[in-house]
Amino acid sequence: MRVMGSETEYGIHAPSAPGANATMMSARVIQAYAQLTRQRAAGGAETRWDYTDEEPLHDARGWTLERNQADPSQLTDQPPVLDAEAVALAYGREELEQDGEDETGSLLMNMVLGNGARLYVDHAHPEYSSPEVTNPRDAVAWDAAGDVVALSAVRRMAADPQLPPVNLYKNNTDNKSVSYGSHENYLMPRVVPFGDIVRGLTPFFITRQVMCGAGRVGLGQDSSRAGYQISQRADFFEAEVGLETTIRRPIINTRDEPHATADKYRRLHVIIGDANLSQAANYLKFGTTAMVLSLIEAGLAPRVEVHEPVAALQAVSHDTSLTATLRLLDGRRVTALDLQWMYHEAAAKLAQDTGVGDAVDGDGHTHALLERWAATLTDLDSDRTAAASSVEWLAKLSLLEGYRQRDGLEWNDARLGLVDLQWADVRPEKGLYYRMLARGRMDRIVDDETIARAVTAPPSDTRAYFRGRCVSSFSKDVVGASWDSVIFDVPGHGRLQRVPTREPLRGTEALTGGLFARHKDTGSFLAELLGQTPPPPPA
Amino acid sequence: MAGQEQQQPQSRETEFEDDAPATPPATGDAQASAATQGVDDLLDEIDGVLESNAEEFVRAFVQKGGQ
Repeated sequence: MRVMGSETEYGIHAPSAPGANATMMSARVIQAYAQLTRQRAAGGAETRWDYTDEEPLHDARGWTLERNQADPSQLTDQPPVLDAEAVALAYGREELEQDGEDETGSLLMNMVLGNGARLYVDHAHPEYSSPEVTNPRDAVAWDAAGDVVALSAVRRMAADPQLPPVNLYKNNTDNKSVSYGSHENYLMPRVVPFGDIVRGLTPFFITRQVMCGAGRVGLGQDSSRAGYQISQRADFFEAEVGLETTIRRPIINTRDEPHATADKYRRLHVIIGDANLSQAANYLKFGTTAMVLSLIEAGLAPRVEVHEPVAALQAVSHDTSLTATLRLLDGRRVTALDLQWMYHEAAAKLAQDTGVGDAVDGDGHTHALLERWAATLTDLDSDRTAAASSVEWLAKLSLLEGYRQRDGLEWNDARLGLVDLQWADVRPEKGLYYRMLARGRMDRIVDDETIARAVTAPPSDTRAYFRGRCVSSFSKDVVGASWDSVIFDVPGHGRLQRVPTREPLRGTEALTGGLFARHKDTGSFLAELLGQTPPPPPA
Repeated sequence: MAGQEQQQPQSRETEFEDDAPATPPATGDAQASAATQGVDDLLDEIDGVLESNAEEFVRAFVQKGGQ
């Protein structure tokens, strides 16, 4: 359908060491996973990140923010040097002393995995960025693979008597005023005017949370008001459009780092979503957003503008009855579900006109997506019990309401806060989402074997295939990799060999699978790849 | 897996409307009580996995800022 990918920053917590430094603990998570992959593949199945093409200050509206104007958290193009001084600068001396450690300089902060993903420390959280995929089903599989990676690291650390046990949570807030992200990325042709993207996406983003929200106990950034809301993230958004992702968060983010041929593509960086454990919610999040981008590219997005988008976003999140109406600039008043149906109708028409939505001859994804989108909107309106098997905020709410009724709990009771937090624990025996999944209460889009394969294998149909195979086949000679490059240090060659991968749909299994099959040696692999030796004649 | 995506809301809704008048009240009660029993079982299971001392655990979960 479209090249896309996910990023998940995990909440991190060591219950037995509450003062532990979060950046240091996050680095240990990366380290733990690196130890596991080294066991799995001789020579290691990970490599370091190449920062050459990172451009976090390029704004999609056509300018570049001056470095000295940027918040330090925006400078994501520098390798994080986690030395004692950096930790002290970021978090204060006391915390460093509290930790009482001084061996951080040697910790690995950043790795590329054999499945094409990136696993690294982002600010004070471990982050998994999925490999590029081409459809929402694969997006679900490789995003869930990240949860397995996180779980593996948690297990590894739990088995180390030297370390305090660390828990990871796939959520977006600590309910004490801090939020951390779950981002989506979508490849778009650069020719689409950014203003069209803003106009077309804003009403959709204000309302898609009714299907994709993960649910949150507490209202307001610091949860100072008791209650339950649809979205983890909504209360942390303060602007309509902007470059920032850590402060004054905007509904539409303008970071313009294409990680690809810049005059052809833009990478739309979406920061407004909740991290989803529900596979169906994640599937709809990626699938419906991809379809709305197709509408925008075709100039066919619904012509609606919502009055005061930031306030509307929060009003939708706070209205679990789904009956509140939003004012449109043309004077109409509509519910969030009404707006979603407008987008569904437009997307269904476009899919029919272009043929991609055909059940038999379509693209193999759009038909099922449109059906599930409609079914979810219908259930949200008329059968919430049915909707709760896919809509994450409703599934969580059903548990919370069970507790409220059985034990007479108020919304500010700490046990409800704990249910909210522990919903997102990545350990299946502790995570309440996983308990619901095990009881058959949550829909599946992909099975566990598919997810297990995605932990080690890259998607076959994007450049992530090339990246992942290079890392798993030639890791001892791969000294760095990024979204758009792989760097080799071949024994006997004087200088590093950087292979650019700037076309997201090249480097696929179809194009390079034979190359990997023919070469076990990095030198001969590169010689054929770079045209220094001819490929074998076709059989 | 594909089968799970082929939900047909319209037909389900129609079915529900068609069936509703014919459904004897006793069945409805039985279903409701089965559903309640399911929730009770689930809560019992979750009681067993929830971290002890909810208040302290939730208070200690403090994160640094992120994106």
